[in-house]
Amino acid sequence: MIKERHLNMALIVVCVVIPVWAHLADEPFIITLMTRAAIFALAAVGLNIALGLGGLVSLGHAAFFGLGGYAMGISAFHAQTFTPVAEWPFLIEGTKSMPAIWLISVAVSAFAATIVGILSLRTSGVYFIMITLAFGQMFFYFSISWPTYGGEDGLSVYVRNGFPGLNTLDPIQFFMICFAILVAALALASRLARSPFGLALNAARQAPQRVETVGLDPNRLKLVAFVISGAMTGLAGALFADLNRFVSPAMFSWQLSGEIMVFVIIGGVGRLFGPVAGALVFVTLEHLLGGFSEFWHVHLGVLLLLVVLFGRGGLIGMICGREGSHD
Amino acid sequence: MTEAVLATHAISKNFGALKASDNISIDLRPNEIHAIIGPNGAGKSTLIAQICGTLKPCAGNVELLGRDVTKESARDRVRAGLGRTFQISALAMEDTVLQNAMLGALGASGRPWRFFGPALRDNELRDAAECALLRVGLEDFMRVRTAELSHGQRRQLEVAVSLTLNPRVFVMDEPMAGLGSEGSKRLTGFLDALRHEAPILLVEHDMDAVFALADRISVLVYGRIIATGSGNDIRANPEVQEAYLGDEA
Repeated sequence: MIKERHLNMALIVVCVVIPVWAHLADEPFIITLMTRAAIFALAAVGLNIALGLGGLVSLGHAAFFGLGGYAMGISAFHAQTFTPVAEWPFLIEGTKSMPAIWLISVAVSAFAATIVGILSLRTSGVYFIMITLAFGQMFFYFSISWPTYGGEDGLSVYVRNGFPGLNTLDPIQFFMICFAILVAALALASRLARSPFGLALNAARQAPQRVETVGLDPNRLKLVAFVISGAMTGLAGALFADLNRFVSPAMFSWQLSGEIMVFVIIGGVGRLFGPVAGALVFVTLEHLLGGFSEFWHVHLGVLLLLVVLFGRGGLIGMICGREGSHD
Repeated sequence: MTEAVLATHAISKNFGALKASDNISIDLRPNEIHAIIGPNGAGKSTLIAQICGTLKPCAGNVELLGRDVTKESARDRVRAGLGRTFQISALAMEDTVLQNAMLGALGASGRPWRFFGPALRDNELRDAAECALLRVGLEDFMRVRTAELSHGQRRQLEVAVSLTLNPRVFVMDEPMAGLGSEGSKRLTGFLDALRHEAPILLVEHDMDAVFALADRISVLVYGRIIATGSGNDIRANPEVQEAYLGDEA
């Protein structure tokens, strides 16, 4: 069996080597694919905090992904049309600066995750899945029916947002930005899992009654996990919108929520690099099989079935065996 | 008479027509072990749940350390000094023994909102957890997954987790359940000394342990306390013999 640490290192190497090779070989499309994988992985690392650590099966994470995307789209829309976002109670201008947009997306999706989390955590099990799905659909229909920001047609952003000192239109540079954020998110998720908060959250997933009898509130722990999770997925949404230079209600769709969950499940629920493995496999299949048939999801379905039936710990679990203790 | 650390005053709980608790008044005094015995379905677990705050009584109130806590949540009661162990082990099975014990220490510290430093390197938490595990004799199993422990070891871990809370009152729901005679003897010795740290309200089926440990015994039958007294009083009580001991002893 390969040690999980070594497999993680290998995944990181793959994520760096392929784009660098593609850059040298002048294959910008491959770089774009890898950027797409890195952004999906980031969204799934976010979901994995709620799902893997907190045991919260959220089928509404596209809501945060879409909110991040629209936070970017709306900021950039106002900046490129030279109109303010709001004039009251104080003037808010649009922006084309990535760091500012990231902050906005994180803040907006964290706020939304707080509201959705407070209401959804009153339920559990199947009801939690349904209520998060319902929230996702609410955002979806709201975005469709808001003509100011394109409604069903979405919003186009003509020039990719800027990052000080970098040319974001250069595929490899934009990839590096996304990759750096992914690595930071993985570092955060890893520290979180080992922290005192992670210890308590882990127990809240497995034995909420126990957490209660040591004087802690399991639901509050889960809510904080849900907010961190939503914020991370929101940041991924902002990057995804920047990658495509386009946002549309499709970013809010429940299919996307399902896909983010599929990344986590294929890679391995609760495994640090599970989302990375899942997103890489997904994007690879999408690219390779998507060329043969538009029904390529059938193959993804078969893979998902196999992983769920035979590898309880996802692909990472199949390769590395059961998770070792955190030391 | 010394002041009770824990008391219920005429609490009642109905589930439809079933009177699970019928006007129960019991108390627990410093340095004592007060055992509650009764046949299956007598309402022992319902009583424990009301004392610990997971069920609200329909009438009456619960007093902890001289304060009426009837309206307080289970968590508030834990923070006030109530340490509980479960009849069926409620532990994080995927985590190690040490992690489970550290959860108790973390709860006692009241500071779970720390997102960065590794919990296992937090010496304060770790010392408290290791000390509790040492006391129940699980020091050689700290790195073992809880799911791999034997049933009896899980019972020991339950006790260890409650020790990390440094409670002022223990409420133990059948800590001996499923222990072999060896383990049962060992835990009996441990609880015997523990009473001087904090008094114990003990619900137990193991009659040898109950009569060896309890300063006072209350007998619960169909939701009512039919007798309270020393071991000898209870043994001699004809009503108790008929209702309970008669079948088993």
